[in-house]
Amino acid sequence: MTDILLLMFSAILVENFIFTRFLGICPFLGVSEKPQTALGMGCSVIFVMTIASAATNVIYNLILVPFGLEYLKTIAFILVIASLVQLIEMFLRKYVPALYSALGIYLPLITTNCAVLGVSLLNVEYGYNFIKSVVFGFSAAVGFTLAIVIFAGVRERVAVANPPRSFRGIPIALVTAGLIAMAFSGFSSVNLGT
Amino acid sequence: MTSQNKKAAKYYSIEMLVHQLRGGLIDNNPTLVQLLGTCPTLATTTSVENAIGMGIAATLVLMFSNLFISLLRKLIPPQVRIAAYIVIISGFVTAVDLLIKAFLPELDAALGVFIPLIVVNCIILARAEAFASKNPVLPSVIDGLSMGLGFTLALTILASVRELVGSGTLFGYNVFGDGYKPVLMFIMPPGAFLTLGFIIAAVHKLLELAERRRKKQLDKTLADEIAEDAALGGGVPPHAGDLEFVTGTGEDEGK
Repeated sequence: MTDILLLMFSAILVENFIFTRFLGICPFLGVSEKPQTALGMGCSVIFVMTIASAATNVIYNLILVPFGLEYLKTIAFILVIASLVQLIEMFLRKYVPALYSALGIYLPLITTNCAVLGVSLLNVEYGYNFIKSVVFGFSAAVGFTLAIVIFAGVRERVAVANPPRSFRGIPIALVTAGLIAMAFSGFSSVNLGT
Repeated sequence: MTSQNKKAAKYYSIEMLVHQLRGGLIDNNPTLVQLLGTCPTLATTTSVENAIGMGIAATLVLMFSNLFISLLRKLIPPQVRIAAYIVIISGFVTAVDLLIKAFLPELDAALGVFIPLIVVNCIILARAEAFASKNPVLPSVIDGLSMGLGFTLALTILASVRELVGSGTLFGYNVFGDGYKPVLMFIMPPGAFLTLGFIIAAVHKLLELAERRRKKQLDKTLADEIAEDAALGGGVPPHAGDLEFVTGTGEDEGK
């Protein structure tokens, strides 16, 4: 139980997907103009990453390992993730229309989000079992959501500021992200006793 | 296909090569101008060696995936093209991943999960969709090469700044001597965001200056032409108001 909690804490804050591992920067910069949309994107990512971690873990352990096909994991995972996103989209549209109307527009974007493929590959690299994989996927996505919502909040204020002309748009956003990353790097000195 | 190759080779001139290379390296640099593939840009630029390794790996994947997508562009049905591209790209990524694991284990340890993640690098899918699916084989391969070199160039610039300031070295050689206290922050994550922000701001400034210079030149030639026209057409000197009006349209054209 303790190591599950430590894993969660570490994935959300210490090894934050955006600010420490640099996974999922594209949506982080692209969908962070308003906190509202950032939260929507974050929730979709939590949803997809948790399910994708479970699915890729099962496929890796039950299909790829028994047949000695571990080297095909990149191809297998990207196909699983792409079809999973399609499946989730269809399922939500049919059975949970309220959730679909909230998350629908973000779902297709998630296929090319490197955080989803990244978490599946990291699960294999760290040798996590099924439960740990799901917990890691879920908490990494929570860390992503935390980062993107904080960033969107700051960016709203930066939008009304008046930076030098060449800094407008993406450069000032990157500098802002750098400052937030500095705050997050404070967590790296937390001793988790592992 | 061979006849097509010959045709492409016949019509492919040196100017086109220069134009494509320039586009990939400078005008349409995938990282600094189009802002694609930000994740590996930030993650793998802690040292120049890693950056060049990452750049070359991505360039190889880009060239081979462009080659095969261009070869198969008439066979792939348009409805499933994205899935087909992803399968082709991930095949080459797996090959490059295994090669690096076998021959460059140190680089593999340094880049880690970012080698397989070349699959979801937006640059590669973007070039497949925007260029290789519509163009013959040779220009597609050159396009992959020039975009890959542009990516490598951007990574190298970012990594040189970060390595120089963050560890006081370049390619692992000590540059500043032992008296220099490295600013560790630059090789840590915050430094990546800050440095990239400043580099992109510098690129914006350079583009702005180039645009302004081009405009000035355009205005000057226009003004000269008007003066010439006026001199030819009866020797009436150009009215100051006319000149300004024409300059204005020249600016609009510049945009």
